[in-house]
Amino acid sequence: MTPKNDKILVLIHGDESASFTRASLEAVTAGIELAARLSAPLTIGIVAADSTTAAGSLASTGARLLAVSGEAFAQPRYASDAAAVEALCRAAEATIILVPGTSRFTRVAAGVAHRLGGFIDTHITALGGTETIEATRWFYRQRIEAVLTREVRPWFLVLDAGTHAAFAGESGSAKVEEISVQLPEIRTTVRGLRAPATDAQTIRPDAKMLLVAGAGWTKKQPDGQIHAAEAGELILGFLHATSASLGSSKSLVDQGGEGEPVLPFLTHMNQIGQTGSTPRHAKGLSTCCHGEEPHVVGWRFIADRRAISLDPNCGWSRGKADVVYVADAFPVMAKVNALLESAKK
Amino acid sequence: MANVLHIVVCAGIVPDPLQTLEPVTGPTGPGLKNEMVLPAVLDPWAASALYEAAALAQKNPGSKLWLVSLGPKAKLQQVMMTVAQKAAFELVPIDGPIGGFPDAHSTAAVLAETIAAIPGLDRTKLLLFGGWESATRGAGVTLQLVGERLGITDQFQGVDQVDLHDDGSFEVLERVEAGKHQASVCAGAPAVLGWATGNLAEPRNNPQIGMGNMRTIMPALQKAKAAKLEANGLSYVSVSLPKQQRTTRVVKDLTPDEIAAELVAWIGAE
Repeated sequence: MTPKNDKILVLIHGDESASFTRASLEAVTAGIELAARLSAPLTIGIVAADSTTAAGSLASTGARLLAVSGEAFAQPRYASDAAAVEALCRAAEATIILVPGTSRFTRVAAGVAHRLGGFIDTHITALGGTETIEATRWFYRQRIEAVLTREVRPWFLVLDAGTHAAFAGESGSAKVEEISVQLPEIRTTVRGLRAPATDAQTIRPDAKMLLVAGAGWTKKQPDGQIHAAEAGELILGFLHATSASLGSSKSLVDQGGEGEPVLPFLTHMNQIGQTGSTPRHAKGLSTCCHGEEPHVVGWRFIADRRAISLDPNCGWSRGKADVVYVADAFPVMAKVNALLESAKK
Repeated sequence: MANVLHIVVCAGIVPDPLQTLEPVTGPTGPGLKNEMVLPAVLDPWAASALYEAAALAQKNPGSKLWLVSLGPKAKLQQVMMTVAQKAAFELVPIDGPIGGFPDAHSTAAVLAETIAAIPGLDRTKLLLFGGWESATRGAGVTLQLVGERLGITDQFQGVDQVDLHDDGSFEVLERVEAGKHQASVCAGAPAVLGWATGNLAEPRNNPQIGMGNMRTIMPALQKAKAAKLEANGLSYVSVSLPKQQRTTRVVKDLTPDEIAAELVAWIGAE
């Protein structure tokens, strides 16, 4: 199939509250924009336990609405979700499929693309072009940016979360076409979600601020002692006062496996960088971290960056942060927390 | 009771993360400047998969572990000198291009064809491991495509833990949004597991394991089949380095109180 006369399908799914995930609504915005630019018909495909309740929020899109519903689709699972998405794509006869970059859909999108004889590109951060579609994405863990295009269809484009505004049109009555699905043998049972065994959930994707803790927090301090407990209190105190999300350098998380002092609330899930995540927050504050490239590649989408480091020649000071404070993070963060708490009173 | 597993780990090789990367465009498309001389390492998340696979195989006597890797033979040999000391495996090398710019569908096709042809591989016992994303393309689709090509419809991505039960079923923890895991129970092999970091530290180098591995690695490298990757209609409009350099203000002469005041004002500013 050729790029001419593209038909656009946006895939979305429900969340635990029976509405659509934010990433899904961002994909709807992207679909509306792309359909307008290409003068292409737009279809939205819904996967949810109950599609009709939430579909009203899409009434003002003017798009054709298709849905796969039922208890089998209440929870994410490869076999059932792939079957659902495949059925939606076939019903829509779409050539361009926009997919929100959620864990649920990234698990299945490539497999479905293969089933349909199509192709997929992921982590798309922008859609451009005039008569064609040009997709922007990063390579080598956010170190090289590329714009690519494909002549073949169907083409699945998985959009990174946070790259478009979430659709928020007026609710109304929406006509939803239910699509039936032939489920394969289901060999996997979803048991539910588990939060890390920590005192508090420290990963907050919607937070404005990211605080990153580096390995320096658990190194010997000027008195020759390690103050891991105090470090933990300072970090959690800051998170409490600001509702920031907590990231970590790989070296600090790895210390747990090497028998060194650890901050008990940190897991590999907090890790930012080459082998961690690349979160999106408006501001980021790095503490006790060298700011070397394997870590900083995870800061690509942090707009405003500051760091506290004892080393004036650390990576942050070499053009990777906007401001570097050459100081001991312990007294600085203690004072920051005190000021934040007093401001709350 | 132990389960006999046939674990295949797909792992590419990537430039050492400390290297400076510069894109160049050649006759076959984009690549990295001096790509063939950049020091390389095993892809980090795939390396986690290898260590988890080795631990699982060790706990289940009779299990087998293969490492399937696509890359230029010379680079594979260089990386295997280190990797071979970490875990016991049988290398299945494929002599092909390196880097993040080739199409993932082509890579998956070559890997699936190679895996399907592994002598002695029982696909009813197959656990297909790899990293959930690579450090080159980072698309997170290759393993999924390989699984589809091999007809495996139990797939898990962002895996941090697998607990194998006596009956061959296993519980798996996958990373989902907001720092949580989704827990699922799969009836057993065959399955695809794209690993995140897992829970194991990198094993120490063990020269004995290394010597054992190298006896089969060198002949395998000599016999490695060459693979050409198709573009599948993929073309690059531009490939560039980001304008990442910031004008950093280095503050050396403020007291902790003054820094804290400045930070609090910054935190509160819109």
